[in-house]
Formats: sequence, structure tokens, C-alpha cells
Amino acid sequence: MSQAVAGQTLSGTPQLTVPAVPVREIMPWLVFFAVLGMIAVYFVSAEQGATSLFAGTNIHEWVHDGRHLLGFPCH
Amino acid sequence: MTARTFLVRGLIAGFIAGIVAFGVAYLVGEPPINAAIAIEEAGSSDAVEPHSHDDAATDPAATDPAAEAGHSHGEEAEVSRDTQSTWGLATATIIFGTALGGVLALVSAIAVGRLGRLRPAATVGVMAAVGFTAFYLVPFLKYPPNPPAVGSGDTIGARTAKYVTMLVISVVAAIVAVLAARIMARKWNGAIGVGAAIAGYGVVVLVAAKLLSPIDEVPAGFPAELLWQFRTASLTVQLALWTTLALILAGSIHAVYTKALAEQDRRELARAL
Repeated sequence: MSQAVAGQTLSGTPQLTVPAVPVREIMPWLVFFAVLGMIAVYFVSAEQGATSLFAGTNIHEWVHDGRHLLGFPCH
Repeated sequence: MTARTFLVRGLIAGFIAGIVAFGVAYLVGEPPINAAIAIEEAGSSDAVEPHSHDDAATDPAATDPAAEAGHSHGEEAEVSRDTQSTWGLATATIIFGTALGGVLALVSAIAVGRLGRLRPAATVGVMAAVGFTAFYLVPFLKYPPNPPAVGSGDTIGARTAKYVTMLVISVVAAIVAVLAARIMARKWNGAIGVGAAIAGYGVVVLVAAKLLSPIDEVPAGFPAELLWQFRTASLTVQLALWTTLALILAGSIHAVYTKALAEQDRRELARAL
């Protein structure tokens, strides 16, 4: 998984090398942003609908049209 | 190229894609939503809601005539329709787009250089296509979105749970399929690897879709054409969002890549001299 360069050399033709970023370096970013992204998507998609962290319906009402159009179940 | 290279571009691309998605949603999505709300408000006294009384025997979920009581779309709502269809809609699409852009960028950062001989821009394109299919298209096909006036407020928990279940199965199956495609492509060849992975993914999501129970809450008398318009509008919005995101991210990653290549060429030339 950690080869620095993938896909060189096809019969002598100068093949473009595609540099790969080490997985070790990306993983913490990916995990952090996956969690952050899920929280953001949760507020757009489900807060004050299926579940409520905050009372009331203001968040639901605010993102209402987007929730419908982005394809999430809404009321 | 580092994680930062991808993340910064992904967040910007996602933000812009969110704005584009808002524009598309406002133009193609708002008309069917407004039409549905008009039906909801007119229908609360006749065609749409009261079926729950007569059909209680066949539809045990639809027993609460006041299900919609706490949720209003009219001018008396806490957030006005004008705000919902502009600032509210933009907030939703931009938050969604930016979050998606960040995650797609980091997933692409892992994939670049590891999917056969695909170049970075093509890799980003493949990841976006996989993401769109797994995260939206397949759940959409199983549980298509509904406009206001469709769906009982009582069942929102169950419907969300089903939708999320389908979504998680689809995304996990897609990740496994991509990893399996890599292994099979090395063992045999690219075409076999990709073909078998797509087939495997298809089988998994079809079985899941078959096992998960359907959601059947479209009220009798709700116009089929309006439902179709709304659902295709939702598809258009998501397609616009993913396409914009993929094009900008792939384009900017390609620029970084060609710059790095030129740099490398120059260094090699200098060494040769």
C-alpha cells in the first residue's frame, strides 16, 4: 500500500509517474473529516426530524427544502 | 502532493459545488416543492390526509390526523417559505457540498497513484462517480425522496433508519468493491477486476434492496407527475453538485500534477546537462 510511485514503464516509453501520498499521512485527516462531515450532513439531513439534539424545529425548518431536494427523508 | 493539496482544493470545490447545487435546486427543485406544499395545504381538509381514518385497517401507521400539526410550511411557519427557498436551501447545499468536497478530496488522496495507471484527474473522477453512485444514486433508487405532503410524520424515524441502512450498505459495499478491484486487477487484469467488482457491488445492493422493506406512503390522489418532477429534480441537484465538485477538484489536482511533472522534467534535464 505504501509504494511511493505506481505505474511506470511500459516497454521503454517514458511513462508518467503518478505520485501516491502515504496512507499514514492521510488517514488522520480522513478520519477527522469523515467524522466532521458526518456531523455536518447529520444536521442537514436528520436533526429535528428522525432525532433531535436540540428542541424545537428551527434547524429543520431552515434546511427544509435542501433536506427534501438532497434526497433525505423529511417529515 | 500532500493531504493538504487535496483537502484545500476539495473544500473549495465543494463550496462552489454547493452554490451551483443551490442554483439548480432553486430553479428546478422549488417549483415542485411549492406545488406539493399547495396540495398539502389544500389537501389537509380533503384528498390527502383524511385517508388515514378509512384505511386504518390496511395502514396501521396512518392513524394520527394531527401528525402534521407541529410542522407547517405556510406563512405562519417559524422560518418563512421565502427564507427556506433561498438562505435555508443555500445553507443546506453549501454545508453538504463542502463536507462532501473535503471527504472526496481525502478519499481521492488515498486513491491517486493506487488505481492502476490512472492519472490523478481520472482517479478523482472515478472516486466521484463511485461516491455519487454509492452515496446517492443507489439509496435514491431504493428509497426515492418525497416532496412535502408525502409521508407521515409518524414514520420519519423508521424511514430514516431504512434510508441510512441502505446508504451504509451501499457505501461499505462500494469501498470493498474498489479494494477488491485493485487486487483482482493485479492478479488478472484491469477489465476483469473492475467488471467483477461492479458486478459484486451490484449483487450486494440488489440483495439489500430486496431484503429491506419498501416505504409506501404516497397519499392516494397525489399527482404522479408532480412526484416524478420532484424526484428527478432531486437527482438533478445531486448530479449538478457531484459533477461540479468532480470537475473542479479533478481540474485543480491535474494542474498541480502537471506542474509537478514539468518541475521533474526540468530537474532531469538539468541533471542530464
